[in-house]
Amino acid sequence: MSAAEKPNAIIRRRRRELVVGAVLLLALALLPLPIDNVYLRGLMVLMLLYAGLSQGWNILGGYCGQISLGHAVYFGIGAYTSAMLFTTLGIPSTLGMFAGGALAALAALLVGWPCFRLSGHYYAIATLVVSMMVLLLMTNWDFVNAAMGITIPFRAESWIQLQFRVAVLPFHYVMLAYAAVAWLIAWVVEGSRWGFIWRAVKDDVTAAQSLAVRVFPSKMAAAAISGGITGVGGALYTQYVGFIDSESGFGLPLSVLIALPAVVGGVGTLWGPFLGAAVLIPVQQLTVAWLGSAGNGIDLMIYGALIMSLALLRPQGLVSLFGVRSQAGGDVTVGEEVVGETAEAEVVDNA
Amino acid sequence: MLDATGVGPPEVDPIVPDPILQVRSVSKSFGSVTANVDVTFDVARGEILGLIGPNGAGKSTLFNSIAGAETPDSGEILLEGTRISGLGAVACTQLGIGRTFQVVRSFNSMTVLENVMVGAFARVTRVHPAMARALEVIEFCGLGGQVDAPAHALTPSGKRRLEVARALATEPRLLLLDEMLTGLTPSEAQAGMQLVRAVRARGITIIMVEHVMEVLLPLIDRAVVLHLGRKLSEGSPQAMVRNPEVIRAYLGDRYVA
Repeated sequence: MSAAEKPNAIIRRRRRELVVGAVLLLALALLPLPIDNVYLRGLMVLMLLYAGLSQGWNILGGYCGQISLGHAVYFGIGAYTSAMLFTTLGIPSTLGMFAGGALAALAALLVGWPCFRLSGHYYAIATLVVSMMVLLLMTNWDFVNAAMGITIPFRAESWIQLQFRVAVLPFHYVMLAYAAVAWLIAWVVEGSRWGFIWRAVKDDVTAAQSLAVRVFPSKMAAAAISGGITGVGGALYTQYVGFIDSESGFGLPLSVLIALPAVVGGVGTLWGPFLGAAVLIPVQQLTVAWLGSAGNGIDLMIYGALIMSLALLRPQGLVSLFGVRSQAGGDVTVGEEVVGETAEAEVVDNA
Repeated sequence: MLDATGVGPPEVDPIVPDPILQVRSVSKSFGSVTANVDVTFDVARGEILGLIGPNGAGKSTLFNSIAGAETPDSGEILLEGTRISGLGAVACTQLGIGRTFQVVRSFNSMTVLENVMVGAFARVTRVHPAMARALEVIEFCGLGGQVDAPAHALTPSGKRRLEVARALATEPRLLLLDEMLTGLTPSEAQAGMQLVRAVRARGITIIMVEHVMEVLLPLIDRAVVLHLGRKLSEGSPQAMVRNPEVIRAYLGDRYVA
């Protein structure tokens, strides 16, 4: 069991993840074919979208530990950029989404510049405030149709424009590709120098600095990648739905929806966002469908109760059900300072 | 004492031959609390220097100033002739100063290997060289059997070793150990001392902070004693324990023979 003979637990784990990812990709590609139900297919599209969005959030909020409650800003910037380029200049959304992602990444850097000077809860609150400011701006900005929003006109059945008469099945593959690329980005950065540095920053900033980790640039890099992924997702969503307005692009509920799958599935884990989306999106959509969202709020109560139960029963996230390594922050050694910042993780090790 | 142009290494007369670190007139206070006053000493290349003193002597502040985590109010600290005071912890690590923490600061969501790899990334950017370097250092520090163990599951002495391994992975020329032996069982402390000697044998200069003097005496080449923020005395460990001023600082007047 010397180090020289057994060096590759990390490498073996990463290979395994890649194989599981490929199998899952294939399964998800085949899954909608036998399912002829448009509603269920639509559910899967949303699920894949949120898996990708939350994977983006997870880069910053999970690996790097900077809890953002304003990721709707990057979603909205991606959505609006792509929508405006399409409606005013006719630029296809397959290009527009990259422009949207790039602008969203830039916005994440602009938000990060002042906000990363704050830490912990203060950072989270700052992102919340920024997103509320942007929402207000977008609701009143005539250039982007203010509160009216932007409708994407249907031009032609086209993969380049990402426009389809029956959009559900093609968009299953669009969103699957999106979720897969987001997952792959997370997989790559998790195994890279950045991944190590982000987790070090998350666990203990002082110790990280003593190992020559430049904290501020590392947070900025995480923010840019995270914002970029989220921005591309916003562009794809807009193309799928054919409409975006300030509330659906920049609203606070969206920020929460982007963060939740990662939180429920397992913060800072590769599979967390995917698992979380696979559970949360169907539950959310089905409660709405069965109970109606016409103001009685029962769907939200069930949804909230589910999240609370998960937080209590599986505070490390759903990934812990699978024996996948999750981010145990708690310290089991008695009499030592508990360094882990994540409150949920500290409960677990005693179990 | 930078020269007029601010260019080139500042000239500071060495106190010991071939010093790796020079601390010159360093003072630091926090509000009305004075932590260090006019502290001056040298650390010779390759020695194990003990920085000792009773609780509240200002050891930790001085230690943090050398590591770059604090900026002295006045005075300067030079590593091999380069002024490092005020540069910050990141720059000090890059210039070759490694450190451990008195209260261990493991990355608890990561394994032993991953913890040490963070240190290795201070010198290399690619993953495989970082992993190879980390594994070598882990083996050296006696944690070879726990490479893939989560850091939070280590024993207290294992965590101290992890701190050393992580710091060594940054390839320091000067290693600062903050109360590394405090609170360990006698056998763990013995093993810890062996590790310190092995580190020195790699050509790394060591400064150890301890407030319990007995632990350090057999290990260190020289001691600098701090008391109430000032340097009380310095010299061989044997001379220090016989020094009336040192005894007075630790035990009070009536113990002075």
